[in-house]
Amino acid sequence: MKLELDGISKAFGDFYANQDISITVEPGQIHSLLGENGAGKSTLMNVLYGLYQPTAGRILVDGKPVTFSGPGDAMAAGIGMVHQHFMLVPVFTVAENVALGAENTKGGILDLKETRRKIREISDRYGFDVDPDALVEDLPVGVQQRVEIIKALVRQAKVLILDEPTAVLTPQETDELLQIMRQLAGNGTSVVFISHKLREVKAVADVITVIRRGRVVGNADPSAEPAELAALMVGRDVSLSVDKAEATPGKTILDIKNLAVTAPNGHRLVDGIDLSIAGGEILAIAGVQGNGQTELSEAIMGLTDGSVTGSITLDGKELLGRSTRDVLRSGVGFVPEDRNHDGLVGQFSVQENLVLDLFRSDEYSRFGSLKPKAMAANSKHRIDEFDIRTPSATAAAGNLSGGNQQKVVMARELSRPLRLFVASQPTRGVDVGSIEFLHKRIVAERDQGTAVMIVSTELDEVIQLADRIAVLYQGRVVGVVPSNTSRDVLGLMMAGMTAEQAAAENATPSPAEQSAGEEGGLL
Amino acid sequence: MSAPATTTPSTLPSLVGRPVSFKTTIVLGLLAVLAFVFFGALGSDNSATLRLATDGDLFALPALVLPGRITGIVVGFLLLAIAGISFALARRGEKLPAWAVVVFGVLFVLGFLAWAVSGGDTPSISLTGLLKGALTLGIPLIFGTLSGVLGERSGVVNIAIEGQLLGGAFSAALMGTITGNAYLGLISAAVAGALVSMVLAVFAIKYLVNQIIVGVVLNVLVSGLTGFLFGQVMTANPEAFNQPPRLDRLPIPFLSQIPIIGPIFFQQTIIGYLLYVAVIGVWYALGHTRWGLRTRAVGEHPKAADTLGVKVNSLRFWNVTLGGAIAGIGGAYFTLEAVEMFTKDMSGGRGFIALAALILGRWNPIGAALAALLFGFADNLAVVLSIVGTPVPSQFLEMLPYIVTIFAVAGLVGKSRGPAASGEPYVKE
Amino acid sequence: MSSQDQTVRREASLTQKIAGSGWLMSLLAILVSLVVGGLLIAFTNETFQESLSYFFAAPQYALSAGWHAASAAYVALFQGAVLSPDTGFAPLAETMTNATPLIMAGLGVAVAFRAGLFNIGAQGQLIVGAIFGAYAGFAWHLPAALHLLVVVLLAVLGGALWGGIVGWLKALTGAHEVILTIMLNYIAIKLLDWVLNTPAFLRPGETNPISPLVDKSATYPIIVPGTRLHLGFIVAILLVLAMWWLMNRSTLGFQLRAVGENPAAARTAGMSVKRATFLAMAIAGGLAGFAASAQIAGTEQVLANGVAGSIGFDAITVALLGRSTPWGTFFAGLLFGAFRAGATNMQISTGTPIDIVLVVQSLIVLFIAAPPLVRSMFGLNRLAGIKKAPSARKAAKLAATSAKSVEDAKTAPAVGQGKHAAASGGDAPTQDAAADENTSSEGGTK
Repeated sequence: MKLELDGISKAFGDFYANQDISITVEPGQIHSLLGENGAGKSTLMNVLYGLYQPTAGRILVDGKPVTFSGPGDAMAAGIGMVHQHFMLVPVFTVAENVALGAENTKGGILDLKETRRKIREISDRYGFDVDPDALVEDLPVGVQQRVEIIKALVRQAKVLILDEPTAVLTPQETDELLQIMRQLAGNGTSVVFISHKLREVKAVADVITVIRRGRVVGNADPSAEPAELAALMVGRDVSLSVDKAEATPGKTILDIKNLAVTAPNGHRLVDGIDLSIAGGEILAIAGVQGNGQTELSEAIMGLTDGSVTGSITLDGKELLGRSTRDVLRSGVGFVPEDRNHDGLVGQFSVQENLVLDLFRSDEYSRFGSLKPKAMAANSKHRIDEFDIRTPSATAAAGNLSGGNQQKVVMARELSRPLRLFVASQPTRGVDVGSIEFLHKRIVAERDQGTAVMIVSTELDEVIQLADRIAVLYQGRVVGVVPSNTSRDVLGLMMAGMTAEQAAAENATPSPAEQSAGEEGGLL
Repeated sequence: MSAPATTTPSTLPSLVGRPVSFKTTIVLGLLAVLAFVFFGALGSDNSATLRLATDGDLFALPALVLPGRITGIVVGFLLLAIAGISFALARRGEKLPAWAVVVFGVLFVLGFLAWAVSGGDTPSISLTGLLKGALTLGIPLIFGTLSGVLGERSGVVNIAIEGQLLGGAFSAALMGTITGNAYLGLISAAVAGALVSMVLAVFAIKYLVNQIIVGVVLNVLVSGLTGFLFGQVMTANPEAFNQPPRLDRLPIPFLSQIPIIGPIFFQQTIIGYLLYVAVIGVWYALGHTRWGLRTRAVGEHPKAADTLGVKVNSLRFWNVTLGGAIAGIGGAYFTLEAVEMFTKDMSGGRGFIALAALILGRWNPIGAALAALLFGFADNLAVVLSIVGTPVPSQFLEMLPYIVTIFAVAGLVGKSRGPAASGEPYVKE
Repeated sequence: MSSQDQTVRREASLTQKIAGSGWLMSLLAILVSLVVGGLLIAFTNETFQESLSYFFAAPQYALSAGWHAASAAYVALFQGAVLSPDTGFAPLAETMTNATPLIMAGLGVAVAFRAGLFNIGAQGQLIVGAIFGAYAGFAWHLPAALHLLVVVLLAVLGGALWGGIVGWLKALTGAHEVILTIMLNYIAIKLLDWVLNTPAFLRPGETNPISPLVDKSATYPIIVPGTRLHLGFIVAILLVLAMWWLMNRSTLGFQLRAVGENPAAARTAGMSVKRATFLAMAIAGGLAGFAASAQIAGTEQVLANGVAGSIGFDAITVALLGRSTPWGTFFAGLLFGAFRAGATNMQISTGTPIDIVLVVQSLIVLFIAAPPLVRSMFGLNRLAGIKKAPSARKAAKLAATSAKSVEDAKTAPAVGQGKHAAASGGDAPTQDAAADENTSSEGGTK
């Protein structure tokens, strides 16, 4: 099946998320859409899948124009989609999930036998190893993704859209997925692979289309130079290196010993971590998402739901067992990884958000009564200092752009004397201009002698900011390495190897690396 | 620092053992001690007579005579034993099987009956009558709770059950009187219930109003509307508007003559038989049909259903409407079966008990129906025991459903997890 | 964006503001509901129904009969609530009397709302408060001012206890407050029924469930002689002021609001969500307890099964109509108080059942909750610049987007970075999509 997008535009109000995009996907081709976060890739695919209606433009299947009023139409036309956030009902079995929307019935009664048979068949053909009767919520992420692929294949998808499929996978799982994609293409299924990761795109794509700010900015061959692709993607030559002096670590401020976190459901999420951070140094925690980073920072902040054992001391004083408020008051600044969810009250004004964890101090309140003037003065000062672009101090923080929201959180946390600064994903979803600014502020905090812990899944950010890097895998520290460690070694460590194993493995490069080559300090 | 040498692709954290919970054990233990002390040690020396036979049985069963204190002590021991088993299982991280909890419940109720009846002025009741009354009082509750099931399983919180019952009762009385036909009244009750539901559905689904707000306000609206029409129209001319014919009892030949079971289950009006159909039908359809699969998907993860071409909001709309129709039939019970007239607010909060049954029954049609029966039983017990003249104030028995529900939502009686997307409006991006 | 564009847009947003504004919507909602109520009265009028038989021959009879029925009812309502030809403004005092417990309990529901809690339990809290307060009122005999103070305190304590149970259970177990409050309402009703049958509460020589009268020393003094208006109304105003301070100026209110809007962020900022939940419900219950005092020490002066009327449920609609702000609740309480006062007069003089008030009240809240419905009734969608908005949220989203673009254009300097800011502001509608992409990472780079 040949799929063409012809001049697709999609507007939200006056803002064009997609503008005049034309793409042709040939049968059996792996067509990669490369673009930064927020470039408009997902919007485009939602248009193609019938979830959005295009503002202008046509979709053609085998040369004939079609319109999709909903996903049902798109599926009927042979288009399948694996969403970045899986569209699986957790309390359903695999078979129920696959059957949903395309049920086999006998006299109105659900017949899952046929569905089970098809699942086994596809599972065998691609080596998926999926049990049709397993509950989806019990399956690992990688397997859930395969269920999504099965869902599309059962519906006889000729074009399979994969939206950022590797975001939640380990490098090894990623390689397996790339292999599956090649297999699918070999069987004649076209694959649209959406990603912002150069290595994967170069490794697997037949054709690459680069999208920036909702427009196609170029087509490229997989053999193109990474720097060239990156420049297309970002729009200007970026070197996000951070100017920072050599660290001058003082005495140890944060000391974590044998820390273990067990979730209420019995899962051990942090499994015996030992770490220490000295004043005036940045320790970056690297790792694929979901390997205990969140739980580690939550344990420090006293935010854990489950049980925590071990010890976390700040300047020799135990933090475990103390309330979040106490931890904050003892000189810990915290930037949570999901600022909309945990860092800001969206409906509160910028001014209120700037004192969200300070309003009980003598500076902003007295006898339980707030001091609006002091709060206003503070917000004026912070808005200037951090160049927060907001219509006014009383505007709701939820209406600011991602970068400005992050500046509000960062400004709040850095506005008081700190001993320890913990920042999770400090620049996630933040525009390039703000990233540079935020990175500078983090380094400045370090230079004041604060111990800094950065949790990031962005390897580049880790490398740029860190004085030392600790790699987390399955709730354990697989190694603490210097910041000049090569990306390949770090990548292998993120898959669970120790530093030594990784270094040894790195001597014999894998096929993916051979085709991808070295990318340098890009994104 | 030891690291796994193999690079397994999975990042699933290791399971190190389920947390041990003693909640169930504690609750059971307390109840067992309570039973032992009150029903046993402090029990009456009189005997309680529980009559089983009714007129028209094929053969008469003898009455059950339970000596008060002895029954209490025996029951107390058995209950303590079950609590002990629960404790032993909990230490191993296992849970008491559901049937054991049911046995516990039945024993407890038996002990309570023996105690309450033997302590009364006339220590004799008809057990069959008690159970029959429980089902009868449970009828509107079960219909109501099914309406809740249909709404919540498809993702719409239905606090408006009370309004649907009341609307059904009013409509049945009005149309039954006007047409002179109880069955037409029944149909109009279903229509009225469906109409109330449609308002809920439109506001919740189309206008995205908080579903709890709509539900609460709808109850007030229906109460006001029926109350107004009752005062303005019905009281002025009851012969023309508020004297509906009663539904006939339709005893099923032979089955209705079986002792205990017959009088309880097979001497119903059409509403009673519709009840069996509705409970079993909703249960079966939810689990085993295309509609059921889609309904459950829409209640758990509407976006997933949408991406597979399921029309989320339309399915929700019709399910809520269907629920309303079912609750409407339950409402007809008040005016076509219980008494032959409509009075203001005659549903008397049963819609909220139905809601409680829904939660206690964990959003499962059968479970909810059983919970509703339990509440009907408590309700009827209060009536029966007040006739017998027992020491327990009837108000406390009437409180029981509410207290049990609080225990249930507080997680003291097992974990209750509702449909994930219940109460969440679904908006296409 | 050119400056001309900006002007046009700002004008548009001004009309949008008016067409979409809260108070206009409230006014329209009240108007529509009254019209619907009037139609109901007209259609069920006997004269109207009789003249229907010759409707097509002489429609004017039916129409005038309907009009007379509805207008007579509403005139009686007005005369009972505001200004009467016989007693002047005395009905206004009756309105304020009726409004007193509604405002107090409404504030309770509003406080809980602001903390993100749906308090359906004002009824139960009021009942328990009334049990406590009434007992102190008739069983204890204390000096004048002190006795009233004790009665009010106990009523507040009782309400706070009943509300606190909900907060405590929710904080401890995560049980949903809607279910808890509904169940506790019924438990309170049964509890009241029971205590009224105990010797401690039952009036000597009575078999009907009713308590002795509370002492004169335990009642709120009348502030307008010749009416029932008592000091409780002043207390209600003081409570409105206190609530304003609590919500807008106090650290506790800051926490309650933060927890209500975003509990996760509140927790991360070191606030105790559980404590806030408990306090919000206890305060809400306490306010319902004040409403109980207005009944026990104000109008009823006796404990009986009907002591709470339907105040606890009306309080929900009061808080909703008042948008959970202190003064909004105050005026909503006054309005519903007027309905209550007027409805009594309406029933006496025109025979229209009081229940019509419930219909009007609930319609008001329904309409207010669904502004798009009211807007479409009045064709305001065009005025608001919302073309065929299929859903409320989309409309809001669009409005927010265009407003934001203006702001970006205003604040962004004409340099590269400014452009970027504008673009990222414009990104907002795709925020979901963007956020989806955001979670990905370069994790696996080798």
